[in-house]
Amino acid sequence: MAIVIEHITKRFGDFIAVDDVSLTVPDGELTALLGPSGSGKSTLLRIIAGLEVPDTGSVVLGDRDVTNVPPQRRGIGFVFQHYAPFKHMTVRDNVAFGLTIRKRPRDEVKARVHDLLSLVQIEQFADRYPSQLSGGQRQRMALARALAVEPEVLLLDEPFGALDARVRKELRAWLRRLHDETHVTTVFVTHDQEEAMEVADGIVVVNHGAIEQVGPPRELYEHPANEFVMGFIGEVNRLGDAWVRPHDIDILFDEVPGSVEALVERVVYLGFEVRVELLRRDGSRVWAEVPRDQAEELELRVGQIVNTRARDARTFPVPDSSPPSVPEQPVTA
Amino acid sequence: MTSTAVTGSQNARSPSYGRRWPRLLVRSIGLLYLALLLALPVGLIFVRTFAGGLEPVFTALRSPDFQHAFWLTLTLAAIAVPINTVFGVITAITLVRRRFPGRGLLNAVIDLPFALSPVVIGLSLVLVYGQNGWFGSFLKASGFQVIFAVPGMVLATVFVSLPFVVREVIPVLREIGTDQEEAAYTLGASVAKTFLRVTLPAIRWGVIYGVVLTTARSLGEFGAVSVVSGRISGKTETLTLYVEERYSEFDLIGAYTAAVVLALIAVAVLLAMNALQSGRGNQAREWVTDLLRLGRRKRRPVAETNQAEI
Repeated sequence: MAIVIEHITKRFGDFIAVDDVSLTVPDGELTALLGPSGSGKSTLLRIIAGLEVPDTGSVVLGDRDVTNVPPQRRGIGFVFQHYAPFKHMTVRDNVAFGLTIRKRPRDEVKARVHDLLSLVQIEQFADRYPSQLSGGQRQRMALARALAVEPEVLLLDEPFGALDARVRKELRAWLRRLHDETHVTTVFVTHDQEEAMEVADGIVVVNHGAIEQVGPPRELYEHPANEFVMGFIGEVNRLGDAWVRPHDIDILFDEVPGSVEALVERVVYLGFEVRVELLRRDGSRVWAEVPRDQAEELELRVGQIVNTRARDARTFPVPDSSPPSVPEQPVTA
Repeated sequence: MTSTAVTGSQNARSPSYGRRWPRLLVRSIGLLYLALLLALPVGLIFVRTFAGGLEPVFTALRSPDFQHAFWLTLTLAAIAVPINTVFGVITAITLVRRRFPGRGLLNAVIDLPFALSPVVIGLSLVLVYGQNGWFGSFLKASGFQVIFAVPGMVLATVFVSLPFVVREVIPVLREIGTDQEEAAYTLGASVAKTFLRVTLPAIRWGVIYGVVLTTARSLGEFGAVSVVSGRISGKTETLTLYVEERYSEFDLIGAYTAAVVLALIAVAVLLAMNALQSGRGNQAREWVTDLLRLGRRKRRPVAETNQAEI
């Protein structure tokens, strides 16, 4: 079921969390709301769920305007950042909650809960309490609980935020597979660009309560609409007015047209890739990413003088009003 | 044996962070303090009560004034505790979850019964509901007596025991946050169902502890009830008032017996609370949980209960 948001604004006191946002989330897709913390992405998700009431604007799910419909009757499933388990209920009772509220027959509830628990692979913990589960298991319980009521829209708020790196990776892949099986329209909020790139069909980049760009991951990476998107998705160097990706910086022995001499300041081996930090003759500092064998071929070492060339530098028109949003530290995977 | 050696030899079992004798000293001071202030006086009452054998005690228990005071005390508690529980939970939720003008003031007013002397509370009730009070003439005209009657005593008891449930529930509500309630909403639960099935079970230990404290306070109230009741034997006398009255009449056995009964009720309340607390996961807890489910489901055999909940 498609989600159509029109001119949504939400203020908390003087703070504008969401500023006149319009967005369409296509039916059956897995969409990421990506942005730094405080960008308003979670508020937007909570507005779709009905947990926050927008000051202006409308939310349409499918062909139903739900702007004034309470969360109970929106047909959504919501997974909270900290899972919000019902602590006094067993895993089984947690997952069954939405069904018992709907007064479904006991046998049906039992069967459905069993199916869901095996879907999320925590059947063996059905009689435990949430406090007896690990973070990843709690996360999956929360997902099963949200899926139990067969929502037409699944909303996840930083679903993997509180998990350690390995569990995160597993659950991401698992969420993607789950989505490929169920095809429920899904929106998840994240501040991790790698997570968004890996899992989502489409990414909505949010900053300062407004949408910077919407598109498939590859398009955002290859054709960022502005400096913010360029800096937030993938890593960048700034060369004067231009922006360049580290893997678009060539390191050469010989001088070629457009190349600049540079001093190798640091060489870091990161498995397949090698990160080279360079001080260029014009005084700017850049870092390049080169494949391991190329680095070995060049016999890169600290103190060496090389030539650098930016293969694909990009400039963006300066926005007319407010100063361009300076990206935070590039997100390192 | 030096103290170091003692500490060293104990390290294997339990960690100790200092010399042994200061810990023993602290422990002894604590125990002595409790013994002198609590155990000895209460114990002496028991000893004195039964010093003359059981017969005088039974005579005292059979006294109509005692029996009236006993039932009146229980009645007052039975009215005050549910009222303060229901309104306490509502007030706590309002204070924690709602932002409204006057919230800080309400928060402060809740503690008034803690801060004010019960005698002052009693006097203030007389000023409002007494014959010459604000509502006095109105109440007299409608033939409803508050002061020097049971309604006034109920008011006084409710007043003095008001803050306990609120104060016990507020921190628990803060701690659980709104996540679970929001989750229940997204799963289709109405506000009422969310309260019964999510909020109430989550705050139940706060509520239970508040109820125990409210009960203890209601049973033991003296000052406020003393002022508003007029202390008419056999009519408006609670157990605490009865104890004092018997004592001043030199009926020591009567006073001691009533005191022992009060102490026993208090002990029973405390034991009930302890049973509930230490009984997490055992029968007492299941009993309370069943109670909180408000009989939604019929009891099933225990073996099946775990497997087939809901």
